[in-house]
Amino acid sequence: MSATPSAARLRVESATIGYDKRTISEHLSVEIPDESFTVIVGPNACGKSTLLRGLARLLKPSAGQVVLDGADINSYKTKEVARRVGLLPQSSIAPDGITVADLVARGRYPHQGFLRQWTDDDERAVLRAMRQTSVTDLSGRLVDELSGGQRQRVWVAMALAQHTGIMLLDEPTTFLDITHQIELMELFTDLHQVGHTLVAVLHDLNHAARYGTHLIAMKDGAVVAEGAPDQVVTAELVEEVFGLRCLVVPDPVAGSPQVVPLGRDRTRRESTTHA
Amino acid sequence: MSAHVDFGRRALVLRRGRIAVRLPFRPLVVCAVLAVAIAGMAVLALMTGSYQLTPGQVLSALTGRETGIVHDVVVDWRLPRVAAALVFGAALGVSGAIFQSLLRNPLAEPGVIGFSQGSYTGALIVILLVDGTYTQLVGGALLGGMATAVAVYVLAHRRGVQGFRLIVVGIGVSAMLESLNTWLIIKADLDEAMSAAAWGAGSLNGVSWDRVVIGGACIAVLLLLAGVANRPMRQMELGDDAAASHGIRVAPVRLGLILVGVALTATVTAASGPIAFISLVAPQIARRLARTAGITLAPAALVGALLCLASDHLAQHVAPTPLPVGVITVVLGGGYLAYLLFTEVRRRP
Repeated sequence: MSATPSAARLRVESATIGYDKRTISEHLSVEIPDESFTVIVGPNACGKSTLLRGLARLLKPSAGQVVLDGADINSYKTKEVARRVGLLPQSSIAPDGITVADLVARGRYPHQGFLRQWTDDDERAVLRAMRQTSVTDLSGRLVDELSGGQRQRVWVAMALAQHTGIMLLDEPTTFLDITHQIELMELFTDLHQVGHTLVAVLHDLNHAARYGTHLIAMKDGAVVAEGAPDQVVTAELVEEVFGLRCLVVPDPVAGSPQVVPLGRDRTRRESTTHA
Repeated sequence: MSAHVDFGRRALVLRRGRIAVRLPFRPLVVCAVLAVAIAGMAVLALMTGSYQLTPGQVLSALTGRETGIVHDVVVDWRLPRVAAALVFGAALGVSGAIFQSLLRNPLAEPGVIGFSQGSYTGALIVILLVDGTYTQLVGGALLGGMATAVAVYVLAHRRGVQGFRLIVVGIGVSAMLESLNTWLIIKADLDEAMSAAAWGAGSLNGVSWDRVVIGGACIAVLLLLAGVANRPMRQMELGDDAAASHGIRVAPVRLGLILVGVALTATVTAASGPIAFISLVAPQIARRLARTAGITLAPAALVGALLCLASDHLAQHVAPTPLPVGVITVVLGGGYLAYLLFTEVRRRP
């Protein structure tokens, strides 16, 4: 946790963010605690991806500002922002015929120049990123030939090779099966533990509560609640934010709050009761 | 020393002073082979004609050791045409490479945003309605092409320009202009229609030193710009969001690349009429030869130059009657298109 609230490296100050004429969030103020694994949750179209795009400087607030390291993020040179904040976009495209190492190396772009394209530092950063994401053995393979889970790890490696303290993850687990989802969440936990500040948009509340250290719940473009998962994930809040009646019980393995939807009466089995 | 990254492809790593580059082997070798093939093709083109020469005569004429008729034939008659084929072919190859990279589509070239049809419309209007001089014709063609490209860009613009919408709008506008062009030709009398068709086929006939020098200078500047934009361009192949998060200002870079791509084709069109299909075919042939990830400019330029030179040679000397080079490139392009469709169909049963 940061010492004083205003000292957070990345924060949003009463910003209005949206697309062209459509405003998604007004007077939005959010902080990303340093060295946290922050997860933004909320129903579809609540503005969580919009917030992430604002934090990544992909969207410019029409009022207010996004502050990075004490200055308006729009006052930096684009490459400077790219050396401090990384992004794993929701959809990326691997060029035809690209190998894993080549794709990971593309993450080094903000550190390179016209004549400085492949330094020792670049090589070290790429090796480390591939090791951290366990894709070293795939290094020379074509990205087209990989499975969905492997491919997503390669994209994470590319973002890691960028070597930024802060990493933004836009729905990183969406297209993966459950095993690869868990594998990826655990990879993020590892990265968080070695000092990365992570900000993820996730759909799965249980993953958010289990792996996140700081939750931001959004609805209709505004922040409804934020704080530690234990405080944020309550039955009342889930009903308020998602309109879903549910029971919140401790996850039997991790102890984090777990959301169990109540659903309609007939979805319950005869023998099951709840307090 | 520390371990090295295995890229799956061998490369030459140069690190000296402020320079640190990684040059994959295969594209380097491919470029070298292409350069040799181009040199050989150029010598053949300089030898061939109604006054047949030996390779030795050509080489000594080029190095200034010949005088009289051999020098005149090589340097004054044949060299401008060969130089034009090389420079214009390279320009078309790079122009196509830029568009295919930006739109992430192997069928993209400046034609998709209406440039070719628009420039033909401009030229037709000058030939048929104004009965203008050659300079006016070039001006009309450039104006028509540029105006169409701008119109397509503006029509496709909604919260920034997206590749797919650009292609769809481009196809629509091109189809409209094509019918307009047909109508204009039907309305014209026979002589005018024939000179319009001759221009429209794209030919290196009558390309003189001054046109080569002016065109070549423009193209040199544009190729330099394309070279500088090469790395951001390849980064943008990863998607707009990824590129932006790597520190690229996507919108201005894309606009700049479109301008360079259109200007390259425009310069060639101004000097020789529209030479079709090289910009479509060259980048894809280059990519398959060099086996690079995505599109790279240097091999595309060299393949474009070789294709244009070889096509012009076929058009002049192998065809039963001398043809405009554009006729040969259309045949080549048609074959390539058929091949592409054939393999695509086989890949997705």
